[in-house]
Amino acid sequence: MGKILAVGAKEMRQILRDRRTLLILLFIPAFFLLLYGYALSFDIRNVRLAVQDRDRSTQSRELVSAFVNSGYFALVGYEDSDAALARLVDEGQVRAILSIPSHFERDLQLKRPVTVQVVIDGDNANTAATVTGYARTLIAEYGAVQMVAMLADPHLRQGYGGQALSGPVVIVEPRIWYNPQLRSALFLVPGLIAYISMITAVVSTALSVVREKERGTMEQVRMAPVGPVAYILGKTLPYLAISFTSAVLIVFAAMVLFDMPMRGSWPLLLFSLGLFLVGAQAQGLLISTIADTQQVAFQIALLSSMLPTMILSGFIFPISSMPTMVQGITHIVPARYFLVALRAIVLKGADITAFWQDLVALAIFATVAIGLASLRLRKEWA
Amino acid sequence: MREDLAIDVRGLTRRFGDFVAVNDLSFSVKPGELFGFLGANGAGKSTTIRMLCGLLRPTAGAAFVGGIDVGSDPEGVKQRIGYMSQRFSLYEPLTVDQNVQFFGGVYGLSGERFAARRKFVLEMAGLAGREKTLTRDLPGGWRQRLALGCAILHEPSIVFLDEPTGGVDPLSRRRFWDLIGDLSSKGVTVLVTTHYLDEAEHCHRLAIIHAGKLAALGTANELKQVFASRPIVEVQAAQPVLAMAALDRLDAVEKTSLFGTAVHAVMRDTSISFAMLAASLATSGVEVRGIAPVSPSLEDVFLDVVERVGAA
Repeated sequence: MGKILAVGAKEMRQILRDRRTLLILLFIPAFFLLLYGYALSFDIRNVRLAVQDRDRSTQSRELVSAFVNSGYFALVGYEDSDAALARLVDEGQVRAILSIPSHFERDLQLKRPVTVQVVIDGDNANTAATVTGYARTLIAEYGAVQMVAMLADPHLRQGYGGQALSGPVVIVEPRIWYNPQLRSALFLVPGLIAYISMITAVVSTALSVVREKERGTMEQVRMAPVGPVAYILGKTLPYLAISFTSAVLIVFAAMVLFDMPMRGSWPLLLFSLGLFLVGAQAQGLLISTIADTQQVAFQIALLSSMLPTMILSGFIFPISSMPTMVQGITHIVPARYFLVALRAIVLKGADITAFWQDLVALAIFATVAIGLASLRLRKEWA
Repeated sequence: MREDLAIDVRGLTRRFGDFVAVNDLSFSVKPGELFGFLGANGAGKSTTIRMLCGLLRPTAGAAFVGGIDVGSDPEGVKQRIGYMSQRFSLYEPLTVDQNVQFFGGVYGLSGERFAARRKFVLEMAGLAGREKTLTRDLPGGWRQRLALGCAILHEPSIVFLDEPTGGVDPLSRRRFWDLIGDLSSKGVTVLVTTHYLDEAEHCHRLAIIHAGKLAALGTANELKQVFASRPIVEVQAAQPVLAMAALDRLDAVEKTSLFGTAVHAVMRDTSISFAMLAASLATSGVEVRGIAPVSPSLEDVFLDVVERVGAA
């Protein structure tokens, strides 16, 4: 116990001496969150829109204002000529065209089917798909409003070929829980927290051990009657404290900057975070037993923490839409489980019954990683 | 194992795959002895020390350090020994005092005992009053003395020093050997490896190892006895390389080696006179400036031993 303290005090002094590294460990993660948080967004707003209104009626103007009021589209202007519209798209002045045919209002009143054309610049397929979705929804909503108005108006009802319209009409009324505005930030920020904490914990732990190997101080410590367990505990505990502080700072930053809610319990969040970080540190430790130089350790640590957490954890790409084999691989990525727990706590305010399996998985990952690291370390140590 | 020995090594062997780093090594060191361990790079010195310190398990054979079997109780060995390696194994970003505190902590020192040892070590290293200096800012000689101090903080009865004086100025080396001498005179057993053969003269006894095997063992004077019947003649010549070639052609000369600008010739035949030697060199066109007998140095001994073992 005294020896753990001796090693821990030494490590802490070394960290405190190296102010620059300490600042990097504590604040760069929050800065990263800022950077990634604003740059990474799937939301598309203010799509520049040109309108070709051949009807110029009250109804057509209503449809255009439905587009503009949605917030997704910004009206650039009206244009009648097809050639001029094509040029606007080519020059990148507009990304979408709404084309309303003549007799739009009349056909609506006669209850004939009407076709509205929406042209979208497809040079960015993702954006185009999203914008198509917005347009489709807006037009469908507009159609539904027309239909409801018609059903409510007895005069109009009677007017339809003399036959009364009746019977059930199914109207979809979507309610999106936890993130009603569908802000992608709410989906991404928990992922970012996992991503950044993972990298920080793995890299800092791996480097701190390999540094001692490289400088030869490890050899000296091994000559002293300090077991590998006391040495490793003493070395990793200060970094656990720092990674923990850093992760909590990121959570606060996310709450302040991205309005991330915190609906669940703090103790549960901190517990899950601790479990996740211990596993990450064990991974860093394992790397330190393989690498002999700080450079190699840094590269392995960065790759092994960054790529799986980014790609295979469900941070950006949903796991359920991955090929079966890749889905299998995601089971050894700890961030996958942490993300489920984190999103559940932060966004849904869920309690432990909703995600205890994920916490168990995190515990298993940490145990296996610690086991492997100590096996390797014992071999190296004596 | 014998109780009266500080270090008792018997048939110690270590293999790394097919490579035999240490091959059937046997020697013993008495308490309080200053024991030198000489050998070229890769001869197996560090591997031997690592086994004696309980860091590396022997493949075969046994070694007892302070009466403890290093193979079965490496942790017990670690508590009783001090170790200082060729690399400065101090934490350079930390201050002098923080390093002392760290090593005191890992050796389990506390309270009054630690305070007393800390004072002793700081005084020994000449660092009293400089406790707050960063270790990386210390000149090499000071750092080395501090490293030695940290290694003996817990008052071990046996100390291993693996090339402790590498890369340090002659004055600091001198001071360092004075410290080693002090330790030894207080009854601490010291096993030291070095490249500097002039330093090895300080040791009570020496072992020369070559290719993992013990090649010679004894006091410096005993080792020099190999030259008792083979006097060494030092030849100063204007053309040392030419002189070497000419000497090698003589039957009376066993072998030659270059020492600076002089040539050392080991004579097979004691009857040949210096005048005859000078005359035969002159006929080979060598301008001889001086010929004199020299007493063998450890360097002569080392080269001779390594050459003979290598040839065998």
